[in-house]
Amino acid sequence: MSDHPAARSGRDLLGGLYRRPDDSNRHVTVSGQEIPLVATPADVADLDYARDLGDPGQYPYTRGIHADMYRGKLWTMRQFAGFGTAEQTNERYRFLLARGQTGLSVAFDLPTLMGRDSDDPWSAGEVGKCGVAISSLEDMETLFAGIPLADVSTSMTINSPAAIIWAMYIAAAENQGADRAKLRGTLQNDILKEFIAQKEFIFPPVPSLKLVVDTIEFASREMPLFNPISISGYHIREAGSTAVQELAFTLADGFAYVDAAIAAGLDVDEFAPRLSFFFNSHLDLFEEIAKFRAARRIWARHLRERYGARNPRSWLLRFHTQTAGCSLTAQQPQLNVVRTAYQALAGVLGGTQSLHTNSLDEALALPSEEAVEIALRTQQILAHEIGVASTIDPLAGSYFVEKLTTEMEAGAEAYFARIAEVGGVIPALEEGFFQREIADAAHWYQQALERKQRVVVGVNEYVNPDEKQQIPLLRIDKDVARSQERKLAALRARRDEAAVRAALGQIETAARDGANLMPRFLDAVRAYATLGEIVGALKAVYGEYTEPIII
Amino acid sequence: MERGIRVLVAKAGLDGHDRGAKVVARALRDAGMEVIYTGVRQTPEMIAEAAVQEDVDAVGLSVLSGAHMHVFPEVLRQLTARGGGDILLTGGGTIGDEDMAELQALGVGRLFGPGASTREIVDYIRAETARRRAQSETR
Repeated sequence: MSDHPAARSGRDLLGGLYRRPDDSNRHVTVSGQEIPLVATPADVADLDYARDLGDPGQYPYTRGIHADMYRGKLWTMRQFAGFGTAEQTNERYRFLLARGQTGLSVAFDLPTLMGRDSDDPWSAGEVGKCGVAISSLEDMETLFAGIPLADVSTSMTINSPAAIIWAMYIAAAENQGADRAKLRGTLQNDILKEFIAQKEFIFPPVPSLKLVVDTIEFASREMPLFNPISISGYHIREAGSTAVQELAFTLADGFAYVDAAIAAGLDVDEFAPRLSFFFNSHLDLFEEIAKFRAARRIWARHLRERYGARNPRSWLLRFHTQTAGCSLTAQQPQLNVVRTAYQALAGVLGGTQSLHTNSLDEALALPSEEAVEIALRTQQILAHEIGVASTIDPLAGSYFVEKLTTEMEAGAEAYFARIAEVGGVIPALEEGFFQREIADAAHWYQQALERKQRVVVGVNEYVNPDEKQQIPLLRIDKDVARSQERKLAALRARRDEAAVRAALGQIETAARDGANLMPRFLDAVRAYATLGEIVGALKAVYGEYTEPIII
Repeated sequence: MERGIRVLVAKAGLDGHDRGAKVVARALRDAGMEVIYTGVRQTPEMIAEAAVQEDVDAVGLSVLSGAHMHVFPEVLRQLTARGGGDILLTGGGTIGDEDMAELQALGVGRLFGPGASTREIVDYIRAETARRRAQSETR
């Protein structure tokens, strides 16, 4: 009997997929999906070009969202970066911009991601470690000092406290003289996948979702060029999901945001054009390409047919891609450059709008400058040297890729039905449905590695017996926490305390009344209320969430 | 009859990356050990308290946020403060060789980096538990 989760639960979702890779004649993808020896015209007999593919820029956008794709505009090369203090990260951004990077992407440290100030006791040991520490508008201003926010597009990976951090960004840009209506960028702000996979939640699901709707509404009214959310499969995949699970859970989250915004009184065409997505690009080249193509087709079909969106821009699934961090190895780390290049190729062949390529030291530390330069150059080689940016969706019509794309869509639809059976995304995450599916898939994958049914070069085969770690690693300055503590103490002494208290009181009142909180957050950050203080005001109203424990 | 091996698998601090902790917890359980998983967001005090209360042989701590140089020594200190100094503290995550060596010098057990097999972890906990039990009997 197969021990893959989908099979064990009695649901062989895709007729023959997810079989255990238990004999040498059977080849499966990294997700456990069976691969045919050869695909034939019979595999695509039901495919209808106009209905299922369409030309690039035409519904259902399987081939891409633009008629001219990369000839019109290359993908944005956007390396996720942040560590230590705002000053240190500001220096890294200038380094990346000087080397031809075309957009910024902010990594925040864990305390910031969890809405805690650098001087909070829970922050001990974490300040500046996996991203930059931002506790107040003052830190945000330092982070972008000398970088004109009117001219650059900025992606911010922040979720639970996303609305507050966004308010700090808007205030910092306006202090530079920028017009908020012209700011470009993306807020990750995808709280559902935090409950499902990454676990950086603060408040319970319902008020968390309400904060997201506030940002969607604010963006659709005041910040027409900003993406208020990036609905993310990346973390779901890193937590161990299969490709189909990544696709299905991400799009299910997307539909949940659409439902919530409609329930709040917004018209679908008012906000859907600003929804964006973020996927992982893992090792299995064709499976990943099929996933990206299927994602576009599913989103377009649901938005047009189920939600009745009329504006074609509402039908477009625009996405960022990051290569798979979890596929990289601490052993022979130079080999990670090769893995990352193939994964980046899948993203480009899949029609991504922007791309982050991981650095070779990913499994060991935050990237060194040398490592991140190689990662960026990998994208430049893809864009300019190997010819893949010249023609759109070159794999369309491939029996194998079209078959995989159709199977991806069917697999995702099967999951949508199961999620609906449980009562929707929030009940499903509260009872641990997603968490169990992902944990089962992660366990299955680990077993496949240990039985050597999957080979990872340098780890379970072709091991270098004399290996010692020799690459230079980025060390985070131990003084970051103390420097942040000093800055915060000075800020708290300097600011107008009465104004801070008043602004925090307004937030509590608005949270109780269910009003849109964005204007209140802007007032509070301008008074230099800290992130932790604002989150504290919300906790007083919303409470905190504890998840079900699932192994 | 010899007592089975009891292990507390724990996540400390704000780090939510729980894939490794869960995969290891399940592998230890499959290997016949009794496993208690704390879930995410525990303080070092909570972890040490649970370890002593549950009378475990080992604590397996998973840290992927870069805070290992803070978290491991702190859990070790809290264990000792509660009379749990004989409990094996092991674990893993994105931890470089130099940091592993430094932590081991402080009294932390073997640490496992990316790519370690669950087999190795099971074997290590078995061997180390047996060694510690034999040691406490001869004392």
